[in-house]
Amino acid sequence: MLFQLIQSTLPGKEKPGFDNLYFFVKKKQGVQTERRVIVVVGGTKIVVRGGKLVAVGICIPVEVISSLQNPNSLTVEIPNSDPIHQIRPMVAAKMEKSAADLPASPGLSSVLKSLKLKTKQQELLIRVSVLFLVYVLAFITRLFSILRYESMIHEFDPYFNYRVTQFLTQNGFYEFWNWFDYESWYPLGRIVGGTLYPGLMVTAAFIFWTLRFLRFAVHIREVCVLTAPFFAANTTIVAYFFGKELWDSGAGLVAAVLIAICPGYISRSVAGSYDNEGVAIFALLLTFYLFVKAVNTGSLAWALASAFGYFYMVSAWGGYVFIINLIPLYVLVLLITGRYSMRLYVAYNCMYVLGMLLAMQIRFVGFQHVQSGEHMAAMGVFFLIQFLPSHQYSRPTISRFYVVIIKAILTSSYLVQVFNFLDWVKYLLDDPKKFHTFLRFTVTSAVGLGAVALGVGTASGYISPWTGRFYSLLDPTYAKDHIPIIASVSEHQPTAWSSFMFDFHILLFLFPAGLYFCFKRLSDATIFIVMYGLTSMYFAGVMVRLILVATPAVCLISAIAVSATVKNLTQLVRSKSKPAPAGSSKGASNTKASSKGSLEQSMPFGRNGAIALLLGALYLLSRYVIHCTWVTSEAYSSPSIVLAARGAHGQRVIFDDYREAYFWLRQNTPPEAKVMSWWDYGYQITAMGNRTVIVDNNTWNNTHIATVGRAMSSYEDEAYEIIKSLDVDYVLVVFGGVTGYSSDDINKFLWMVRIGGGVFPVIKEPDYLVNGEYRVDKGGAPKMLNCLMYKLCYYRFGELTTEYGKPPGYDRARGVEIGNKDIKLEHLEEAFTTSNWIVRIYKVKPPNNRW
Amino acid sequence: MGRSAATKDAHALFHSLRSAYAATPNNLKIIDLYILFAVATAVIQVAYMAIVGSFPFNSFLSGVLSCVGTAVLAVSLRIQVNKDNKEFKDLPPERAFADFVLCNLVLHLVIINFLG
Repeated sequence: MLFQLIQSTLPGKEKPGFDNLYFFVKKKQGVQTERRVIVVVGGTKIVVRGGKLVAVGICIPVEVISSLQNPNSLTVEIPNSDPIHQIRPMVAAKMEKSAADLPASPGLSSVLKSLKLKTKQQELLIRVSVLFLVYVLAFITRLFSILRYESMIHEFDPYFNYRVTQFLTQNGFYEFWNWFDYESWYPLGRIVGGTLYPGLMVTAAFIFWTLRFLRFAVHIREVCVLTAPFFAANTTIVAYFFGKELWDSGAGLVAAVLIAICPGYISRSVAGSYDNEGVAIFALLLTFYLFVKAVNTGSLAWALASAFGYFYMVSAWGGYVFIINLIPLYVLVLLITGRYSMRLYVAYNCMYVLGMLLAMQIRFVGFQHVQSGEHMAAMGVFFLIQFLPSHQYSRPTISRFYVVIIKAILTSSYLVQVFNFLDWVKYLLDDPKKFHTFLRFTVTSAVGLGAVALGVGTASGYISPWTGRFYSLLDPTYAKDHIPIIASVSEHQPTAWSSFMFDFHILLFLFPAGLYFCFKRLSDATIFIVMYGLTSMYFAGVMVRLILVATPAVCLISAIAVSATVKNLTQLVRSKSKPAPAGSSKGASNTKASSKGSLEQSMPFGRNGAIALLLGALYLLSRYVIHCTWVTSEAYSSPSIVLAARGAHGQRVIFDDYREAYFWLRQNTPPEAKVMSWWDYGYQITAMGNRTVIVDNNTWNNTHIATVGRAMSSYEDEAYEIIKSLDVDYVLVVFGGVTGYSSDDINKFLWMVRIGGGVFPVIKEPDYLVNGEYRVDKGGAPKMLNCLMYKLCYYRFGELTTEYGKPPGYDRARGVEIGNKDIKLEHLEEAFTTSNWIVRIYKVKPPNNRW
Repeated sequence: MGRSAATKDAHALFHSLRSAYAATPNNLKIIDLYILFAVATAVIQVAYMAIVGSFPFNSFLSGVLSCVGTAVLAVSLRIQVNKDNKEFKDLPPERAFADFVLCNLVLHLVIINFLG
């Protein structure tokens, strides 16, 4: 055998002589190869014209019938028994062919041959290099704050996560899982092991242990700081695969690029933002991708993988409720649109049962999957699809089956004389066309039974109603009236249009364009992404924080729009070069030439228009990149524990007061000291100051927080009673009057009043306002000017001149001169004030001697 | 009167169902038997819970969910192995069974962890 036929297409499907048949004839031992080859396949003679001999793929040994007798042709016969129909045609690339050259200069041409890649390999190289660049880009664009300040943890919540991760790496998993924290929520304590989502900490600890195993001596803080950018880079890879599943690999690449730099995602995943969302968005997208893959393939293995993705999501973030409600909604939509299939049944069932079981292993979630109202949709859909008939049985059999069941139920329970009902059903039985009506009847009765069960469960209290956090998503006004703590968080406010534009830029109008494309090519996968996009956009409108959840959907759908548009335009640009040679060939394809000519005439500026549009698209995308980088640099990279400002001469001034105060606490107070502050700073105090706090950001006990709020808003004597009852040694307040820092406690004070007043009616908000206005100057309310918070913030402030030309005691954050400058403290004394007066710490004096 | 018509109808239906069912291949019948066993076990567990209460709720849940889980996975296997299903025509039954075994392994590992 002198030749090997490497690859071929389906025999008999192509016209003889048609150049769709590609194969590769590999020569051996210096035999001359020819460009024109005749292949006999199963008795059919197929002639190949031209020199396009290509391929990759499978080798099939063939028998050479005649090789060298006719130097101009080579006949190769493929045995009939060969499973040639299983070979799929592959994309061809030109192969350099020059038989004569080969013996002459083996070195040079063989090198050239090796460098010149086939198209498929070129495409693979482009894709891999683009993905690699996107991966690196996603990582490095989040590193602004490390470059400008230092490698530290940002904000408030991440400090708790950091402290927990430190504990985990020092004490091991068992201690972590059963940890009871005495240092927060004094005197109640907090069951940390059972009240957190461990995914983020376990992930960071795992990375830390892996690096340590490889003998990289990293500090856990570095791992924590860089966890979020690392997972953001991983998200781009998942977005690529998801886009490939939805549309094609081009859309996947665009999706990866868009999501790498989208500000909506960057805002919660910069380096240093060590929070649940950094890992959770990766888990969310991974779960959705695996589920869509499972629905598309109907394979149990993919459904199992999506169950594991769901488990990771549940372990990482409380937003998993979105997944467990979106997927049943998706199943219902597929049912309604008539796309129910066995693959969906297999995928959803496996994912639901395994996912639910895995999710219940997290103690914080516990039994919520069977007891909480938020998870009932998934269970309802689970029971519903068990009811739907499998397509294996014939329809009359199914209808008769249902008839017997219902008759059995009714007659056995002696409910009612159902003559009419049975006659009606018998009528249905005889007429198979009424099957759909019957099916609808059974489905509605099943849904009705389910609704009754749900109603009974909810009324009896077994199924808990929607918790406040998620109920306020359905009814945005609920939190303001009933749960002030949720309403007070700035991230929970409704989103303004400017935030949408800021976080999405061009994706805002590419999103409807992508929806259009998705509707044009409806499939199970595109229905899913449309639903994900629409529901997440609704929730993003309700709460600013949830723009993060909408970002992957918006990026994917916009990527579809961009990819489809650019593909159409480039096809337009490239196709115009072909009609010229076709038109010039005489006689053979006259009709073809005329049709192509007419095509050309109908779009006279087609090519130029396409080029112009392509340039426009390039411009838009480049503006997007510029905007995203600017937003990341200016808005989302501040660590908020270190403040920066511009000095008088333009130099950068750093305010590091927070860390100064916490380290003062750490080094100058007894280890058993207890610190009272507003709940914002609790996590930071325990993580950096290493002291016990009264309330912290977990906000799980509203009454305790209200007690602190009441203490802060009462007169000093009453506050002292509360302070002594809580065993407090130090009180910490944050004050921005000297620097003009506007997120200080005086600006948050009204929330303290509201929360305190929500539990203790003795605190009334109107006492602190003057004509509904909140003032701290001379015209302020007397209760305001003498409450504990005011005194602690403005103690000795009346002697300080803060701005040139203004009287002493001028508050730069409020822009007024304070009203009460003569402050005397009776039960507290000043312990420490930071260099810019941002954090002030007071020591609680013991009670006076009685005599 | 309606009741006798109902029983006659039921008899007719049972005969037709039985004859149709006899035509299914043996491997599917084995899977059906397994599903029946799993559901019966689940029913027994629920009945027991109704009698004695559900105190270690995690144990009850893990027991019932293991039955429901194996039933659901067996139904999925049956769907994938059944030759009449055109959607799964090119899925080899060995692969379907391997997926089934893998999912059952994961299911029972989680159950054992959850059993308490």
